[in-house]
Amino acid sequence: MRWSWKNRSRRTKPAKPPEAPLSSLALAWLLAALVLAAAPHAVELPVWLSALFAVVAGWRGFIALRGLSLPPRGLLLALALLAGAGVLIDYRTLFGRDAGVALMVAMAACKLLETGGLRDGVVLVFLGYLLVMSNLLYSQEILMVAYLFAAVLVMLAAQALIHRPHSGLRGWAPLRLAGGMVLQAIPVMLVLFILFPRIPGPLWGLPKDAYKGRTGLSDEMMPGTVSELVRSDTVAFRARFAAATPPPNQRYWRGPVLWRFDGRRWSRHEELPANTPTPFVAEGAAVDYSVILEPSNRRWLFALDLPASLPPRAGMTASFQLLRDQPINEVYRYEMRSYPHYRTGELTAAERFRGLQLPARGDPRARALAAQWRERMTRPEDRVGAALALFREQAFYYTLTPPLLGPDSVDDFLFRTRQGFCEHYASAFVFLMRAAGVPARVVTGYQGGETNDLGGYFIVRQSDAHAWAEVWLAERGWARVDPTAAVAPGRVREGLYAALADPGLLPFLARGGGGEYEWLRQLALSWDSLNNSWNEWALAYGPDRQKEFLSGLGFGPVDWAEMTVAMTVALGGFGLLAVVWRWGQRGARDPVARAWQRFCARLARRGLARGAHEGPLDFTERVAASRPELAAPVREIGRLYALLRYGPTGSPADVRQLRRRVGQFRL
Amino acid sequence: MFGVLRQRFEAWVTRGQQPARQPVRLERRRIYILPTRQGYAFALLLLVLFLWSINYSNSMGFAFTFLLSAVALNSMWRAHNNLLDLVVRPGGVEPAFAGQDVQFGYRLDNPDPEPRYGVALQWRDRPPCHVDVPARGSATVVLAVPAGRRGRLRPGRLRVQTRFPLGLLQPWSWVEFEQDCLVYPRPRGGRPLPAAMAGGAGSGLGEQGAGSEDYAGFRPYAPGDSPRRIAWKSATRTDHLLVKRFTDQARPELWLDWRLLGTEPVEPRLEQLCQWVLKAESAGCEYGLRLPGREIPPAHGDVQRRRCLEALALFAGGGG
Repeated sequence: MRWSWKNRSRRTKPAKPPEAPLSSLALAWLLAALVLAAAPHAVELPVWLSALFAVVAGWRGFIALRGLSLPPRGLLLALALLAGAGVLIDYRTLFGRDAGVALMVAMAACKLLETGGLRDGVVLVFLGYLLVMSNLLYSQEILMVAYLFAAVLVMLAAQALIHRPHSGLRGWAPLRLAGGMVLQAIPVMLVLFILFPRIPGPLWGLPKDAYKGRTGLSDEMMPGTVSELVRSDTVAFRARFAAATPPPNQRYWRGPVLWRFDGRRWSRHEELPANTPTPFVAEGAAVDYSVILEPSNRRWLFALDLPASLPPRAGMTASFQLLRDQPINEVYRYEMRSYPHYRTGELTAAERFRGLQLPARGDPRARALAAQWRERMTRPEDRVGAALALFREQAFYYTLTPPLLGPDSVDDFLFRTRQGFCEHYASAFVFLMRAAGVPARVVTGYQGGETNDLGGYFIVRQSDAHAWAEVWLAERGWARVDPTAAVAPGRVREGLYAALADPGLLPFLARGGGGEYEWLRQLALSWDSLNNSWNEWALAYGPDRQKEFLSGLGFGPVDWAEMTVAMTVALGGFGLLAVVWRWGQRGARDPVARAWQRFCARLARRGLARGAHEGPLDFTERVAASRPELAAPVREIGRLYALLRYGPTGSPADVRQLRRRVGQFRL
Repeated sequence: MFGVLRQRFEAWVTRGQQPARQPVRLERRRIYILPTRQGYAFALLLLVLFLWSINYSNSMGFAFTFLLSAVALNSMWRAHNNLLDLVVRPGGVEPAFAGQDVQFGYRLDNPDPEPRYGVALQWRDRPPCHVDVPARGSATVVLAVPAGRRGRLRPGRLRVQTRFPLGLLQPWSWVEFEQDCLVYPRPRGGRPLPAAMAGGAGSGLGEQGAGSEDYAGFRPYAPGDSPRRIAWKSATRTDHLLVKRFTDQARPELWLDWRLLGTEPVEPRLEQLCQWVLKAESAGCEYGLRLPGREIPPAHGDVQRRRCLEALALFAGGGG
């Protein structure tokens, strides 16, 4: 026979029969699960896309309910293209976090209208899981996680139901099944969560908008930057002190140190962090504490003045600023040690140069005033005192809404408006010091914070953002000077709310204790306490915390290989437990089988093992033939067992009889 | 290529497994489990979620990924338990004609206090038949097995499988029972029924034209004769059983004779005979079947029909 392609093609397998369509019950669960998974995105999605998704979900439900046919392919294609174009127009890209989520929602909507059989159902369920995951990129708070947990339960129920043969699951049975599975899965999940070796991310570049919309200190300071920030009562970080909480005037949380001034804007000098703490002379006791930092999408870590230790993967610059290798985009917990009383070392030539840098021109009146001080006073301390006296004695105001400043911003502030927030005072003070020949720099960070007595920790909010100054003095090295304290001493002692001329602008939680709504504040603090535990134990559990936690269990330092072994052992233990459990369940549930097994085991010990192919009656006949003296009891046991196991129904009396017979059986 | 490998694997795994005469309990060591295609896709999804969590250092992302992984593991255990301890026993089966499907019945017993969903029985590549087995109850599955040739059909190895609960994994077990079913030849052929003949005519090979109307003497007993025709009175006198002979002039009797189809090969002959049997039965006449070495005296009714069809199904001669 001549071989040809024609012959070959005839031999191909027959086409698979078309998939059975999803049952309407399965579709209902699937729709519910997808709507649950997509709903939180409505906050950041464009309105048209949320509306599209809602309409499509409703439409698909209507189609299933009425048994109508699905829309034609052409319409679907047009819809998909339109939705894609809409996303492109709205976000100007198809990549990145927000646009990616939008595309995913659009895809789910289009796929819903195409959903026919099992395969489409599976694609939708997987899309649903991806949607759940994408929600976690926006929020990992307790309420959101609880909500998504519920969504996952419904999604699992839908995943079971999209299989036609499983449509025997009626009513709440799918949800009960999902709940049972998740309950049994939680111990395994915990083991994986705790022991699975964590790898510090990211593995590759993240989209630019990956962590959009996070508030926090920036590495620049202009008039208005800090006063904008303090209007938010978002938590910046929480801290837990090992011993007593330091007094208010030592609660300066050091952030970016700003050296460069261009007449209006203060910015950082790029200093390379070293992997050892910058040395200084400590005077007095250390303060030990841990910080649980909220994601800021910045590299800096906050520590009390002056930090003397380094968290893992972090370095310290010469100006005592802590920087991590990667921006903080997860809740990050680290241990710190600081010394509130200190003396720093000599000033290097480069530092002196940077500490005296001023713009080439501008602010002539301030320069003139500083030159006066420089001539009149030989000791730098006196010049510092003169500047503070200026703020204290003249009519300066501490306000969140200072008037706008002209091109000579320092002059304008010092001699005309005299109203400002901490950045105005810090900026003017450092300017004056530099002009007076005292090396100085601006330090930004947070000052203060409130104690949460419920959780025994310290909350620092964005509203505690602050800017102060450091001057270099020969006897002390870099010394902290807070010019704001000269204007508004209450700022440091009692917090911002007490010190401001216009405290009404502050958000509710930043207003401090007392007042009419104290109970509400207490409620908020309880909730915050819960959130803090969540942050500390669930969200901050990353590569570093994992090592720290496992090493703290008393096994010494733990590496990834040991973690893997421990994890495997634990999982193996669970597997064994599952088998044993099932076994016990079977034994308890089936006295007949247990009695029979006991009987067979007894015979097997005497060389009369039951073959796998032998039924109970065949077996007992064989035994009766080879041991005629046992024939009567053996046959009776065989008969009872066959009756109970394979007969129509066995009575409890028969079960008792069998057990008694097996119990009395002697070889 | 892949099919051959699979068959080899099946043969290796089930080596030493005898066809069972008893109900089969699916024990741990005869249940195998592998991920389905969907299961592999799910593993890929887990990988994506894991990398996503690493990249965003998302702690709850890890928790979610691990939760889904743990659920997948749990579904493996549940899938396995969905088959474990299930008792399969063969049920009734009705003979069929070649070319049709034989309906093999099976009963599944669930000793557990939990129902089992979506248990399937599958014969080779035929679509599986799914059934739910209630808690401490049983369910029946009827498997259609194509009957290719006449004779005895053994269904051979069956697959018991399930994809419950999530469809990610498929545990299965092979069971084989000592069980067979008679397959009659395919009723086929273009010839009309042969003409009915009056008694006595024909080849003289037997009780041709035997009827019930007119008494026509005795003959020795032969197996298959109706007890009502035995001459009990004479039996008391002699050692031999005698049967009363009657001739029936009124009802024509029909002989479906192998030799009437002299020129054709064996199978088409049997098929033609089979068709004749069915036609004769539905026409309501008495008919007998004559095969080389076997003769079934004329009669009518279900018993006669089954006897004839059985003879045709098991015919093993004719010089073929």
